[in-house]
Formats: sequence, C-alpha cells, structure tokens
Amino acid sequence: MAYHIRMTDSLSEMIACPKCDALHRVPQVDIGAQASCVRCGTVLVAPREGAMTRIVMLSMTALILMVAAVFFPFLELSTHGLGRKSSVFDAILAFSDGLMLPLSFAVAALIVVLPITRFLALIYVFAPMALGWAPARHARSVFKLAEHIRPWAMAEVFIIGVAVALVKVAGLAQVTLGPAFWAFVGLVIITVLKDNFMCRVTVWQTLNARSPS
Amino acid sequence: MSGNGMANVERAQPVLTARAAGLVGCAECGHVYPLGTEACTVCGTRLVSRDMTSLQRVWAWLFAGMIVYIPANVYPMLRTTTFGKTSESTIVGGVFELMEHGSYGIAFIVFFASVVIPVSKFIAIAYLGWRVQRGKPGTTSHFHLYEIVEFIGRWSMIDVFVVAILSALVQLNFVASIHPGIAAVSFALSVAFTMISANSFDPRLIWDAPEGKPV
Repeated sequence: MAYHIRMTDSLSEMIACPKCDALHRVPQVDIGAQASCVRCGTVLVAPREGAMTRIVMLSMTALILMVAAVFFPFLELSTHGLGRKSSVFDAILAFSDGLMLPLSFAVAALIVVLPITRFLALIYVFAPMALGWAPARHARSVFKLAEHIRPWAMAEVFIIGVAVALVKVAGLAQVTLGPAFWAFVGLVIITVLKDNFMCRVTVWQTLNARSPS
Repeated sequence: MSGNGMANVERAQPVLTARAAGLVGCAECGHVYPLGTEACTVCGTRLVSRDMTSLQRVWAWLFAGMIVYIPANVYPMLRTTTFGKTSESTIVGGVFELMEHGSYGIAFIVFFASVVIPVSKFIAIAYLGWRVQRGKPGTTSHFHLYEIVEFIGRWSMIDVFVVAILSALVQLNFVASIHPGIAAVSFALSVAFTMISANSFDPRLIWDAPEGKPV
C-alpha cells in the first residue's frame, strides 16, 4: 500500500501527521479525492479542481460583503412610535463606556478585523499562484498567520448570536432585518465554502513546490 | 492510491510514528526531518518532536479560564431598564427568563453555549492533560475528544455577542434600554483563555506511551 514506509524512501516522500505523528508516504491522490491519516483520520492530502482560484474569488466576495455588513443598517427596532437602527458598528461600540472598552476592541477584532485580515492574507497568498505565478514574498508567513487567526475569526458565531438576540427582543418590539444582516449571512456561507476548499498540508506542499529555492 | 476507503485498511497494524523512526515531523505542514533539525524549511516553524512545555501552558490558561468563569456567573450579564424599572440578570437568570417567555429552543442554545460547553471544556481539557501527565497512551476516542474541544470552544462567544447586539439595539430612552453587565467581560475572557489552553495542547502527546514502551 502507498502508506507503507520503506527504508529506501527519502524524507521528502514522507509526511508525518501533524496531529498524531504517524508516518506516511506522501500518497498520490486524484483531484477531488482525499487521503486521511491512518491513525487519527486527519485529512492529509485533498487536492481540489481550481481550489486556489476559488479561494481567491470567495475571499474577495467575502471582503465586499464585509464592507456592506459593517456600514449598512443591520437591524431596526421599533416600538411605541420610537425607532432605532443599529449597524454592526453599533454592536461593537456597545461596550465602549468605561471599564468595558477593552471588550469593545475584542468584539471588533473577532467579528470584523480578524475576518478581514484573514481574507486579505488568503488573497495575498493564493492570488499570484492562481494566476500561475510564483508565490508572493513572505507568502509562507502570511499563510501561517491566516491559519493562526482561523479560530478567532468568529463571524458565524456572531450570526447565531444575532438570532438569539432577535428572539429575546421579539416580544418587546418590532424588529426589521436590514441589508447588512443579509450581507453578513452571505459572508458566513462564503467563509464556510472557502474553508472547505482548503487543506492545510496540501497548501504547504503547493507553496513549497512552486517557490523558487 | 486514492479515495477515502483506504484509511481504514491498516488500522490494525501498529503505527510507526516519526519519533519512533528517529525523525521529527513539522506540526504545521507535516514535512519530515531527521531528529534534531532546528526549523522546518517549508514553513519556518520551529521543530519539536513533542512540545513538552505545552502542558504547562495548557494548565495555566485552563486555571485562568476557570477562575474568571466564576465572576461571569455571579455578576449580572445584562441590565435592563423598562419604564424606569431596572432589572439585572445573570447568565443562568437569562436562561430562566427565556423559558418563562416560552422560548425553550433559544433558552437551550444559550444554556448550552454559556454553561454546558464551558464546563465540559474545563473537564475535558483537565482530563486529557491529566492523562498525558500520567503517561497514559490515548486512543482515537481521546483524540476525538480533543478535536471536539478545539472545534466547539469558540461557539461559547455567542452570549457575549448577544449582549453586544441587545445593548446596541435596545436603546429606546424611557421605554426600554439594555446595558451590558461586568460579567460579559469575565465571560469573554473565560472563553478566550480556554481557547488558548486548548490551542496550546500538542495533540501528539495524547497518543504517546511512556518512555521505553514501543509506540
């Protein structure tokens, strides 16, 4: 089987599972298929047709949606003849008085700054390669940054938070969803799609193969 | 070779790890080097066969997360003013309010995200850390536990976002206004600390048998 290690294999033909250290020969995988670690099931190689172009396209779409999501009205609340529109920006500023100011910064980072940083980083890494050029300078460190940010980019968690908040105020007042809400929903769907096209180990192999050394 | 099916073929055989083969694998990209190599030439990550300092960081962040989780539950998360009357509600209090309004589904989501997930995470991380400390070799199910903890942690942030949205939205002067309580800060910190704790865990430690035994 392709996974067996032979003494004649050179180091570049082997791969150690980043999660459990099991040693494998780098398997030849058809486009669209995937190879997983024999011990822990972590996906090791998963080439996808036109993956880079798609990641770049989806990241750009996500960036545009993010701009719309931040500045357009997000939700509108009305009761007793009083109305209030609020944007994502207002949600960020909710904690801005006194002691809670740091939390405002944290929320801004989690739902806007880190997702944007990640989209920009992915475009920087993949756009030149999608066009068939050599990877940009520092592409490796930028990709590493994008991967480290990943758990902290919480746009999808925010959307569920919005749903919960809507139910909480539904009894209190009339709530209208603004255009920014739909932009944010689109953003979440795009993010999930994009992450499906990315296999970390495959990306590193491609970066390595295309870099001039 | 290709396809999903082959992953199961050799599960019965003992697995050769990079360390047992006298090699070190990169935790970031999987490239393999002779043991003792300093850094990965592909991605620049510092190479360690097993990150032995990882457990210290796991415990430190875990305890920090548990400590700030206490004020998060004691102090109010929300301060609601309706027609001049102010009421404060804690995390668990908010869940009961939702149930009184008949929103059982949402009450369940909030309870799950703010109580069940954080507490199970504390227990799961402590359990995995304790096993590694004792040198007990783990199985696939221990690894899955780790994967679940790593995946699910960020979803606890829901409650912080709910407070942020409510405070931004419900600002109708006299009729109704909602302000965040100080518990929002400690809850956010607790989630962040436990996420860092889980991220610090070197999952390769989960599988290891004590020194001397075949891996």
